Amino acid sequence: MTAKLPPPAPANPLAVPRAPLLPPTTRSRAALGLASAAAERRFALQVCAACAAVQYPPREVCLACLGHHLPWRDVPREGRVLATTTIRISADPYFRTRTPWRIGTVRLACGPVVVAHLHGDVAPGASVRMTLRLDKSGQGVMLAMPAEDSANMQDDPQLREMTCDPRGRRVLVTDGRSAAGQAIAAALQAAGAREVFLGVAEPWRPLPGRDRLAGSAVDLDCTDEDSVRRCAASLGGRVEILVNTALHVRPGGISAGTSMATARAEMECAYFGPLRLARHFGPALRARAADGTHPACAWVGLASVYGLAANPAFGGFSAAQAAALSLLQSLRAELRPIRVLRVLTGPVDDEWHQANPPPKVSPAALAAAVVGALRDGLEQVAVGDVAQDFLARFRDNPDTLARELAG
Amino acid sequence: MIRHGYEGVVLAAPVTIPYQRHSIHGAAWWIGRALAEALRAAGLRPADIDGFCCSSFSLGADTAVGLTQHFGLSPRWLDHIPMGGACGVVALRRAARAVQAGDADIVACVAGDTSTPDSFRQQLQSFSRFATDATWPYGGGGPNASFALLTDAYMRAYGATREDFGRICVAQRQNALAFPHALMKRPLDLAHYLAARPVADPIALFDCVMPCAGAEAFLVMREETARALSLPAAHLRGAIERHHAFPDDPIQLRGGWAMDRDELYAMAATTPAGIDLLQTYDDYPVIVMMQFEDLGFCAKGEAPAFVRAHDLTAAGSFPHNSSGGQLSVGQAGAAGGYLGLVEAIRQLTGQAIGAVVPGARTALVSGFGMINYDRGLCSAAAILAAP
Repeated sequence: MTAKLPPPAPANPLAVPRAPLLPPTTRSRAALGLASAAAERRFALQVCAACAAVQYPPREVCLACLGHHLPWRDVPREGRVLATTTIRISADPYFRTRTPWRIGTVRLACGPVVVAHLHGDVAPGASVRMTLRLDKSGQGVMLAMPAEDSANMQDDPQLREMTCDPRGRRVLVTDGRSAAGQAIAAALQAAGAREVFLGVAEPWRPLPGRDRLAGSAVDLDCTDEDSVRRCAASLGGRVEILVNTALHVRPGGISAGTSMATARAEMECAYFGPLRLARHFGPALRARAADGTHPACAWVGLASVYGLAANPAFGGFSAAQAAALSLLQSLRAELRPIRVLRVLTGPVDDEWHQANPPPKVSPAALAAAVVGALRDGLEQVAVGDVAQDFLARFRDNPDTLARELAG
Repeated sequence: MIRHGYEGVVLAAPVTIPYQRHSIHGAAWWIGRALAEALRAAGLRPADIDGFCCSSFSLGADTAVGLTQHFGLSPRWLDHIPMGGACGVVALRRAARAVQAGDADIVACVAGDTSTPDSFRQQLQSFSRFATDATWPYGGGGPNASFALLTDAYMRAYGATREDFGRICVAQRQNALAFPHALMKRPLDLAHYLAARPVADPIALFDCVMPCAGAEAFLVMREETARALSLPAAHLRGAIERHHAFPDDPIQLRGGWAMDRDELYAMAATTPAGIDLLQTYDDYPVIVMMQFEDLGFCAKGEAPAFVRAHDLTAAGSFPHNSSGGQLSVGQAGAAGGYLGLVEAIRQLTGQAIGAVVPGARTALVSGFGMINYDRGLCSAAAILAAP
């Protein structure tokens, strides 16, 4: 049974921090499908369109019929352990600093044999639930979990290399002025975060909800370079998860309905704000990504699905959100082993979406999604029915979606 | 159709270039040295060979093609065999048909690799596409971890113990003490074997081969060619190969030999009882046990009892890996696929340079190679006879 992880011990100032190494990163193009599934908590493998044979390792051509159309499909997770080993000497620098490391051979009920990381509670010969996870290099890997939940199972050291559980970690939520920011801060505190810092811009202004803020308010205005720099100088070495919740939503199009000032403010919030955060917090976060028992682990960015395909009724906002998504994609590559989680939302239930029909996303739903995605180490979560529907349409055909949105 | 036999095909000029843990030279240096030494042993000049076959993991972008220019060869028959531990027997099979058919008169078969302090890790991370995608990212254990899983499964299936595997390693070390080229020359007993540093459970240090630099070579020709050159030569009696055998086995407890061994013995007109010397591919001892079983020396699952009942040293009741095998000599990359074959030629032609297997007239050499993903894909075996 997994031992409960004790709270973080005080850092030893004399100890050399563990370097933020990456596990092996190179993959074939076909194998990247594992990461796409893992990013969203799915368990998907290639399934031959011609003969339905399930494939693993990822292939170009079917092992049973040589068919070349191998779409990724969700498949059953059940499996049984055929063999196990504990690697005590590794040739790879990342694993060398994490041995002993357990792996096993698992036969999946849907056919393939998988060499997988093993959760510590998986016994030889046991039935398992196979999961796809993102490892510290951001690649999709197999992790066999016990068939039944066990106590403290989230604390398994190998599982923790692939997750970003907020428990015991210090979190900065950038926008304490938004309902979403306040809800996310409260949820992270409830999830056992060691400390929650809530950024509040222009603190002299009235702050609705100030009396019931979860965590401690810190002076942070992402539109102000100097404010971000000062906040990073004070908190940069003490934050393990950064959650950027800033969303600046105004209705209005491109040629009319939006002032240049509004367009600039949207861009400040969606692009230049996170850019400042990345430049001032990113390097320190990354440098501490393997340090101690509760290393820095995640960067969370809240963004609208309109960044995927523009909604002309929110044309300026959509353009700014496209910039936000583009920034997150580059940041994901730069910050590894820090996980960059993008939280896609549809219209939030606030004063700026009065004209949108329900369902709209509540701050509490956003908060629950962020905590759940961190616990499972995801890279993407679409919150609410609108965002999920939007994402499904986008994946089906982005061009068709753009035409649907044009009305 | 009945397969043609290998009548008239012989192997001569067995060569081992002494291994080194690390080398500042490239693979071509090692391969070139082995080729030169084989030619010297046979009294030939480079222009006298018209066939060349090469195996190596560390030639970079080169294959046997590039080596023809590098070595100044103009062969009319050329092959490159990227089959790791099976490359020796497979090279022999290809070369034998070439000389039988007259496509070539003398084929030089060479395997060699270099080794630098980081070359083994670099080779592992790009060993195969499936390894890059689906095993190397799982702990970076390389073949130690892959064979640990196979060993664990074998132990669970057949009740083998660490002591059983240890008997194989200890006997081979005994053989290696007399072999001048062995890198591991310290005597090993079962207590030391069992107390060794664990590497990937249940595998410990003495189950693993040491990567090193080195090369091996031999010449394949027709019997009359060898006679004209006054070369002591061993006859090829039979040979098999099989790739990706038993794909439906969920985990590897047997190799391709089990599919083809009847044909092997029938070609050679012998049985397991007629084998005086066995050279198995010994990276790792669990694979040795599988070869004992799948080549018919004992029934499936009985190898643990077999090793308890036999003395596996060169002068013992079941002479096995008489030079010490890769476990004691070292694994010079692809040359590991030649080591047993070259040693068998030496033993059968009275040219042993270490422990002598008394009265060895018939030898069986088997190869096993290429853990592409979860199992070894190539298996091969040949039966050789003394002149």
